[in-house]
Amino acid sequence: MMRFTTLIKNPADWMTGEGADNTIVLTSRIRLARNLRGESFPGWAKKEQRRRTLEILRPAVEALPCMKDAFSQELDDLNSVQKQVLVERHLISREHAARGEGSAAVIERRQSIALMLNEEDHLRMQAIRPGMSLRAAYDSLAAVDEELEQSLEIAFDHELGYLTTCPTNLGTGLRASAMLHLPALVLSDQIGQVLQAVNKIGLAVRGLYGEGTESLGNLFQISNQSTLGESEETILRRLERVIAQVATHERNARDKLLEDDPEMVSDKIGRAYGVLRHAWIIDSKEALNHLSLLRLGGDLGFLPNETVKSCDALLMDIQPAHLQLHSGRKLSPEERDSIRAEIVRTRLQTLQAPDIRSTRKKDEDDQNPEML
Amino acid sequence: MDCDICGKKAKVHLTQLVGGQIKKIALCDDCAKEKGVTDPTGFALAEMLLGKTPGKPVVTAQQAVAAQVGGGGSGVGRRCPGCGFTLDDLRRIRRFGCATCYVTFKEEVNAMLRGMHKGTKHCGKVPAGLMELHERTQRLEELRGRLDQAITSENYEEAAGLRDEIRQIEIRATGTPKTSESP
Repeated sequence: MMRFTTLIKNPADWMTGEGADNTIVLTSRIRLARNLRGESFPGWAKKEQRRRTLEILRPAVEALPCMKDAFSQELDDLNSVQKQVLVERHLISREHAARGEGSAAVIERRQSIALMLNEEDHLRMQAIRPGMSLRAAYDSLAAVDEELEQSLEIAFDHELGYLTTCPTNLGTGLRASAMLHLPALVLSDQIGQVLQAVNKIGLAVRGLYGEGTESLGNLFQISNQSTLGESEETILRRLERVIAQVATHERNARDKLLEDDPEMVSDKIGRAYGVLRHAWIIDSKEALNHLSLLRLGGDLGFLPNETVKSCDALLMDIQPAHLQLHSGRKLSPEERDSIRAEIVRTRLQTLQAPDIRSTRKKDEDDQNPEML
Repeated sequence: MDCDICGKKAKVHLTQLVGGQIKKIALCDDCAKEKGVTDPTGFALAEMLLGKTPGKPVVTAQQAVAAQVGGGGSGVGRRCPGCGFTLDDLRRIRRFGCATCYVTFKEEVNAMLRGMHKGTKHCGKVPAGLMELHERTQRLEELRGRLDQAITSENYEEAAGLRDEIRQIEIRATGTPKTSESP
């Protein structure tokens, strides 16, 4: 079995956009909820029942071909920082981290498939891919689902579909989502309209970090809300269409910003660069917002294109539990802010100042390497 | 999370889109009732709480659950034979105890599902194993019904044919025919 440190040592492909265009759509994620017939759902089950369910689920899950040499741990055996790191990586949910006895996480080596055992449902399965690839993510998870159906008796009703603890997940049990970076729509004040339109067709939009009204780092997640009454295909097709449209809007907004107000864009990116390169104390909110602009600079040609990847890695690594794992001890919020600043400075050490002049001259070709 | 109005423990969480911004509002049971949030069609929460003109209210699925389950009904004492879950539990936690609950509380399920999803009937994938079982069970039910009829109307020739067909399906499914089906 894979150890925690080995699992976490390297970022997953989906975190750094390896092998895909992730400039606007960072990641695509699919979640399926499944339960066993004849066993109480985890939230209602007594401790012994949860144990028994885990004993049924775990061997079946570990026997999956994709879970060869996987990471497989009961949550009780992980400390709070380790659990939090898994949450920050989106490999388990916050709710799952809070559950104790009888809950486990089984995570494929490349962190692209993660199964939560005894979460709100007996099984919450997830596949993540870089860029816009909901279909590929769904296909890989559907294969896992079909494999498990061979050995597990899944709760299913011909009228209501897959039966879930909460009726909001009935039917397909499918939640498909994509993470989008939309700085130009935010800078040009169009984000409200766009999100409203997305919401109107029954899709949910939320900020990546925090429950509040603001979205940190201009990162947004779009997902389906309805799971019953439509096929997986219909749900995926609608999401794909809407996400592609939002991404096009963002692309157009980036082009237009550069054309209409290059000075403002240069100023924003230049300031973000200055702060990140020279700050000694930085909280996550400030770091996320500046990294977002630096990331935009990487895409618009102000900074080398690899900047996008560095920013993506940093987005993950500057989160509180990741900082504590990096330091090997519990950190006070003040200590975190200094260590965060230190990591950011170190990673961006070799990054040259934004090249404002060349972007002013640039024509249609956004990514002409000669200009970088 | 605490209630945005009175600070008690919040039970109802509501998301609304206001002028393009997402507003999240948490309410305790009492305030939710008082503000009429339990009627999913008739409220404009953002306007009321934030003093702004709201867009079209968006009722979250969870909100719909809260509204439907909180909305009264009879049979408080009903208990799920599968897991011991009661109607009171359902009203309290707004989730179910086991798969059988969906049969036990069918009426409530139907009420909860109104407006929650795009539809009320599953159109997606079916577990491979269950698909076969499902079809077989239905076919056997139909054949047994016809067999009973044939026997009642003393149509023994048809009955024998039906009996053979039932046996064949059973042999294919389990390897042995059920002895009870033998004459």
